[in-house]
Amino acid sequence: MIEIVDLYKAFGRNHVLRGANLKIEKGESMVVIGGSGSGKSVLIKHIIGTLKPDSGSILIDGADIAKLSENELYETRKRFGMLFQMAALFDSMKVWENVAFALMRHGKLKEKDAKEIASEKLRMVGLIGVEDIMPSELSGGMKKRVGLARAIAHSPEILLYDEPTTGLDPIMADAINDLIIEMKQKLSVTSVAITHDMHSAYKIADRIAMLYEGRIIATGTPDEIKNTDNATVRQFITGSAVGPIKIEGVTA
Amino acid sequence: MANILLKPVELLGRSLTISWQTFVLFTEELGRIMLLLCSTIKQLILPPLELKNTFKQVVEIGIKSLPVVLITAVFTGMVLALQSYTGFKRFNAEVMVGTVVALSITRELGPVLTGLIVAGRAGAAMAAELGTMRVTEQIDALETLATNPVKYLIVPRFIAGTIILPSLTVIADIIGIIGGFFVTVTVLGANSSVYWRRTWDYLETSDIYNGLIKACFFGASIAIISCYKGFYTSGGAEGVGKATTGAVVLSSMTILISDYFLSAWLFK
Ligand SMILES: Nc1ncnc2c1ncn2[C@@H]1O[C@H](COP(=O)(O)OP(=O)(O)O)[C@@H](O)[C@H]1O
Ligand SMILES: [Mg+2]
Repeated sequence: MIEIVDLYKAFGRNHVLRGANLKIEKGESMVVIGGSGSGKSVLIKHIIGTLKPDSGSILIDGADIAKLSENELYETRKRFGMLFQMAALFDSMKVWENVAFALMRHGKLKEKDAKEIASEKLRMVGLIGVEDIMPSELSGGMKKRVGLARAIAHSPEILLYDEPTTGLDPIMADAINDLIIEMKQKLSVTSVAITHDMHSAYKIADRIAMLYEGRIIATGTPDEIKNTDNATVRQFITGSAVGPIKIEGVTA
Repeated sequence: MANILLKPVELLGRSLTISWQTFVLFTEELGRIMLLLCSTIKQLILPPLELKNTFKQVVEIGIKSLPVVLITAVFTGMVLALQSYTGFKRFNAEVMVGTVVALSITRELGPVLTGLIVAGRAGAAMAAELGTMRVTEQIDALETLATNPVKYLIVPRFIAGTIILPSLTVIADIIGIIGGFFVTVTVLGANSSVYWRRTWDYLETSDIYNGLIKACFFGASIAIISCYKGFYTSGGAEGVGKATTGAVVLSSMTILISDYFLSAWLFK
């Protein structure tokens, strides 16, 4: 279980998170929605401990990730897999080396075995015969698939997705949604996705939470969110320019 | 009237403020570089060794810089010989050319010029590479794959920089002296055995290894400064550009300034 308690984070005078609270149950698929720049990526980076909170805590099965020693933190990270917004593939390595990175580094696998596992993970995300290609030769959708294969290679318990469908065409986006659902069913992982794509949120979420002005202002099942009477959430999910959400730099 | 008097005072005040702010920023940056150096050394000591990556960096930095080092060294040796020959001729001291070339190259120009070249080639490449990895979240990805990015990325570059610069300097020393010999003997027509005797008679091993100590220091400085600039890049592609120029400028400044103090300390 992941528990975010009263999380505060500022960069200089930019107070991004201002008391965020969120609980994610084991095996659940949680989607955090929110506008661009609302701090979704900052929130997810706190869960995996690449950012440290100013105050508040992030509990992974009861252990505060910000209070772990460096070794414990790296051990804990082996339980996670993360798909980055732009895939963040290592561009100096071949596709299979990307996928097998953690296996070779921590599992001390032989190159041949690691490559075999990489191929298997690539097949799981629908890619065949790309092992020896460099990431720069892949399309955006394929990069995300490779990123996903890399995230699941070491069989993590928790998967984090940073805007998995952003920047993809609708068909490719839906294919990624299907993959995320498939991962959850096949690997029975806990997953946290952040997105502003409502179509994707409704499709992959067990529960949806909305991040606004540094706090989680609503949580609920997709149906509950669809029928909310919270005006801010309504405005966001219907995608209306009129409502309580102020568009940055624009005065009404 | 009062205005005219106030203006220079105000300008002075403002430029003092700016100088002070620059100084504070510089001190802060120096502190952060030292912190990164400490964690690099800590990760360097902890097992496992990053042998494969270190070897890759050694080859990378060596190959990137070697051609330019060779050309620079040979021409520096040549021009040194030419200038000192024609200059020394005025007081009939042409025989000293070999000594001047050997001492200048081994003590000073070998390490410094090689350092500046490596700063421009390999330092820039390190900053650009790490900067790109930062802004495309590849460094975050390393973290999420339970890999310490300081150990994985910076330690190999730091070791490689520290050992490759003295190696390149040895080559530069040799090539520079040969360049000086070539000009003195074949172009200016001096006696070749006199040149060599004058080179060896006055050259001490301490000249060579003190030069190499300087080179080690320059190599370590270039690596840690360039990695620092790259590692803490922000602001997209523009940020990578800034990090790259920043790395070259700061490394070069560090080489030139520390060279004076190292020389004062090493060559008593
Ligand atoms: N490492 C950082 N340093 C400084 N500011 C940051 C950093 N990461 C994010 N921010 C700022 O925090 C805010 C939220 O960013 P982010 O979480 O990336 O938004 P999004 O919801 O679009 O993912 C932005 O204003 C961004 O500029
Ligand atoms: Mg984001």
